[in-house]
Amino acid sequence: MLKRLARCIGEYRLVTFITPVFMLGEAAIECLMPFIIANLINEINAGCEMEKIVKNGIVLFCLALVSMACGGAAGFTAARASSGFAKNLRRDLFARVQDFSFENIDRFSSASLVTRMTTDVTNVQMAFMMIIRGAIRSPLMLIFSVIMGFYMGGPLAGTFVVVIPFLVAGLLIIAKLAMPTFRAVFRKYDRLNESIEENVMAMRTVKGFVREEYEKRKFGTAAEDIRRDFTRAEQIVAWNNPLMQICLYFNMVFIMLVGSRLIISSTGSSLGVGQLSAILTYGVQILMSLMMLSMLYVMITISAESVRRIAEVLDEESALTNPENPVMTVKDGSVDFEGVSFKYSASAERYALENIDLHIGSGETVGIIGGTGSSKSTLIQLIPRLYDTTVGSVKLGGRDVREYDLTVLRDSVAVVLQKNMLFSGTIRENLRWGNKNATDEEIEEACRLAQAHDFVASFPDGYDTMIEQGGTNVSGGQKQRLCIARALLKKPKVLILDDSTSAVDTKTDALIRRGFAEYIPETTKIIIAQRIASVEQADKIVVMDNGRIADVGTHDELIRRSDIYREVYEQQTRGGGQNGESGEHQD
Amino acid sequence: MANPANIRTKPRKGVIGRLLRMLFGYFPVLAPVTVVGILFSSAVSSIPALFQQRIIAIIEKWVESGDWLSAKAEIMPLIAILIVLYVLSILLMIADQLILAYVTQGFLCKMRKTMFDHMQDLPIRYFDTHRAGDIMSYYTNDIDTMRQLVSQSLPQILRSGVIIATVLSIMIWYCGWLTLLILLGVVAMVLVSKKFGGGSAKFFRRQQQSMGKAEGYVQEIMNGQKVVKVFCREEEAKADFERLNEALCEDSFKAHAYANTLGPVIGNIGNVLYVLVAIVGGALLLSGAPNFSLSGLPISISIIVPFLNMAKQFTGNVNNLSQQINSIVMGMAGADRVFSLIDEEPEKDEGYVTLVNTKVHDDGSIEETAEHTGHWAWKHPHGDGTTTYTPLAGDVRLTDVDFSYDGEKQVLTDVTVYAEPGQKVAFVGATGAGKTTITNLINRFYDIADGKIRYDGININKIKKADLRRSLGIVLQDTSLFSGTVLENIRYGRLDATDEECMEAAKLAGADDFITRLPEGYSTELTNNGANLSQGQRQLIAIARAAVADPPVLIMDEATSSIDTRTEAIVSRGMDSLMEGRTVFVIAHRLSTVMNSDVIMVLDHGRIIERGSHDKLIAERGTYYQLYTGAFELE
Repeated sequence: MLKRLARCIGEYRLVTFITPVFMLGEAAIECLMPFIIANLINEINAGCEMEKIVKNGIVLFCLALVSMACGGAAGFTAARASSGFAKNLRRDLFARVQDFSFENIDRFSSASLVTRMTTDVTNVQMAFMMIIRGAIRSPLMLIFSVIMGFYMGGPLAGTFVVVIPFLVAGLLIIAKLAMPTFRAVFRKYDRLNESIEENVMAMRTVKGFVREEYEKRKFGTAAEDIRRDFTRAEQIVAWNNPLMQICLYFNMVFIMLVGSRLIISSTGSSLGVGQLSAILTYGVQILMSLMMLSMLYVMITISAESVRRIAEVLDEESALTNPENPVMTVKDGSVDFEGVSFKYSASAERYALENIDLHIGSGETVGIIGGTGSSKSTLIQLIPRLYDTTVGSVKLGGRDVREYDLTVLRDSVAVVLQKNMLFSGTIRENLRWGNKNATDEEIEEACRLAQAHDFVASFPDGYDTMIEQGGTNVSGGQKQRLCIARALLKKPKVLILDDSTSAVDTKTDALIRRGFAEYIPETTKIIIAQRIASVEQADKIVVMDNGRIADVGTHDELIRRSDIYREVYEQQTRGGGQNGESGEHQD
Repeated sequence: MANPANIRTKPRKGVIGRLLRMLFGYFPVLAPVTVVGILFSSAVSSIPALFQQRIIAIIEKWVESGDWLSAKAEIMPLIAILIVLYVLSILLMIADQLILAYVTQGFLCKMRKTMFDHMQDLPIRYFDTHRAGDIMSYYTNDIDTMRQLVSQSLPQILRSGVIIATVLSIMIWYCGWLTLLILLGVVAMVLVSKKFGGGSAKFFRRQQQSMGKAEGYVQEIMNGQKVVKVFCREEEAKADFERLNEALCEDSFKAHAYANTLGPVIGNIGNVLYVLVAIVGGALLLSGAPNFSLSGLPISISIIVPFLNMAKQFTGNVNNLSQQINSIVMGMAGADRVFSLIDEEPEKDEGYVTLVNTKVHDDGSIEETAEHTGHWAWKHPHGDGTTTYTPLAGDVRLTDVDFSYDGEKQVLTDVTVYAEPGQKVAFVGATGAGKTTITNLINRFYDIADGKIRYDGININKIKKADLRRSLGIVLQDTSLFSGTVLENIRYGRLDATDEECMEAAKLAGADDFITRLPEGYSTELTNNGANLSQGQRQLIAIARAAVADPPVLIMDEATSSIDTRTEAIVSRGMDSLMEGRTVFVIAHRLSTVMNSDVIMVLDHGRIIERGSHDKLIAERGTYYQLYTGAFELE
């Protein structure tokens, strides 16, 4: 898991490794300083000449400058390394998701992917920065300080033997106790926030049913519960400061007491006042490093969860791969389903599609009708290999779709998805998704065919009209027609419309279909629709029911022999309307 | 997390005062106790210098003779006092830290509850004009920054402030010259941290903005990931993201580079200061220059050594203070936003007509009763002290209603609708024609600008909102489900409904069939707004919820839009029996849903342009006819 993440350090390896080196320099100097200062103090105390004092002072001054340089450089490189590492993580995550198959996409909610690429990466970035700055520095600082303490203070350093194990044990116990409590609280906290979000989103329902007081009570209980747990967790951590202070005070008393005795009884020969002061400084440095280490420990444990969530995406293998020697051309637009069964995941109990045999000739127009959950969309998604069949094979132009290069395949099979989307950008930019190099004439032509040109031309900015995120500034029917135009620009061999004209009025719908027949006769057209009117004139109509093909035939044949088809037809034409309902299907 | 809209630059004045007043108001005993504790323990942690000075002076006195016993007699009492102070300070500190944790969490809990409770009372308008994500960030980001403020920054300011004050007094007590030197150093530190801190804050804001941009892009692409794949646009998406990612990386780098460098720079200014104190102190000592101090003590090694330590402590705490600035500014901005939510005007309710249970006597007279009788009446107290009871029937009349959301753009004009008890009234029209607005006015999510709405003959402005809404059942297009079981979600309609009643309602709504096929049936846990259910299934649950509430008037706003026509036909029998005997308002795109209504209103730009039964409207060959034949496109 960590190995996978470590690969993302990439070009920032140098700054990553140099940071601890700078930190090392800073730590070494910081440990050297009290030593020299001790000498300085002793010199002052001994009443040496000013010259000597100034000399030591200059040395110290230079050391401080070097330390500043090291610390500054480390801060700089650490920032570079960690922000670069985070960038690479985001890039790899994003790239990995781009390589996902539909099956992979279904497994992660888009919200969870967004969180992984923002909050989780930021958590890891902060932890990474702390690690490269502190993971080497703190232990070294600790060791240096202990050595210097013993070197200078002799028996005085004995206090460290008592204080270090005490503080280590204390910090470990606190961290051990606090971590699980905090993890549990954070989970509860997340749930609390989820329930607030739920409440905000459901405000009309809450107010409609006059449930304000009920919601307040519910929330009050949950908030109290969080308060209790949070207080408990924070009260465990609250012992950190007193623990630290106990050690500091112990050092102080011990060093003052034993130190003064040592100085006096040896008449200053084995220990000077300077050393006494230096060893106090080392004591503080030791405690600080320990504190830092315990913070690092906590930080690493907290970010471990983020690391896991990031690695989960990075390690996700795409369920679809390009074949080894892909076929690069598609002969024609004929589509054959041969003994196809499909289920969405290996563990699913039910097959979403069962025993599908269906042959569609190149250039044919095929309609598909069926209720919600009859797997109409699933069927057509197998053609451009959005999913792979579980059993049997799907053929395009006489060859198994798994033999084609994915890009070639998907450029030949244009699907207008039911849950379609326009992206922020101009209309023209959106349409060019179908063909990067499309000329303005081609774009216009596709739009005419999709009956979109007129309304686009009526916009003040025409094809340069900005589409807002989610395509909210065009109506549902307009959006669908733009999506069809976008697909047409691919000049596909097979064009699939998955309920793509549901918000388009029947007249325009008919015009679109007539245009298809007239201008792209050699393209195979597969149309999934709710309205009988949309498929009535197809060469053949497939009636789906519960993942199986219930019947295939022309409109007239089906009216005669298919109960389901007739039922839908009658329901839509009840009351004498000529063209069935103009119903909207909103999803 | 990174929402540029949320970054307000300057919090309003008085935020910190209000926050403190609330804090001390909620914890009138504990909060002051914490303050006293912090004051004492901080003071204690800054006095060792005094003892150090005394002890070193004693050492100096006896070091020549090496007479430890005599020295001990002088040192021991000092150490004893120090130990007593230390023990006291540690005990106080422990108590203090425990109380602080309690106070912080208690305060946050109170804030959360206050916010949430207040939010429940806000009008729908508030939720229409504030995005859910922005509201959520009050509860997450802003509360988090307040936590930081209360549990870390404020105590730290107090602590550092006390230490700085104490140390400063001790320094002046011993030596004015050296104190002056240290103060000069501090000025340098403040200047540097202003420069660096300013840069850091600027780039942190930029980082937040570019994070927001990157997040927005990721969100859009992840939502449309399938479309991206269908069009083989993966590489373009990667390239686009790379640009945003680069920008974010640069801003993040700069922000952290400034922040990371500040520490070592300030720290080493401290070191330089330390050295200067030693040199200047040494020079003063050697030159025998006169001291300038409160204590009047001459400069000696026993003053210089503690001074060195004090220099460290002093600069360290100035550094601590400077590091709190960022989180204080952020905490105040957070508190400011939280206060802005709390200060929002709650929904007003001047209604005094209430809905009560009644017993109907044989002679037709009505008597109010506390028990659940199933008979309801509007209790209408009059100015002259009398009270009348009007039986709840479900007669809704809108007369010449005008309405505008913003006071500028007229959404409804002269809308008149009579719905008699048991009638089914449908609204048809393009998106934005004002269909949903009409229902929003009936349940008083919004108040009308002009005209009248009467419920059972009573002006709805006189009816208590809670009771008005209790008498109306709404099923919305977007079903909101709550975390909990399916059964609990249905029971949301009427909290005291039994399991059997809920299941009965589900059967009526045609939801029973799919619910029983769920893994745990009615006990299936729904999470994430029922993400595991299809839109159609969610709508069926919402209908069941309305059915269990059993209101005389039902509003169905696109309630069956996601149920396919075939399923709709299957559930329509249940729907019909649900609608029977109730006044029903139906809004639907799909004309098959509204065909059998008693009256259909065709709305266009806020006006009713056609009204009548299906057959009548078809015969009129107007807009409805065109819609019906598919010659018109809705939306």
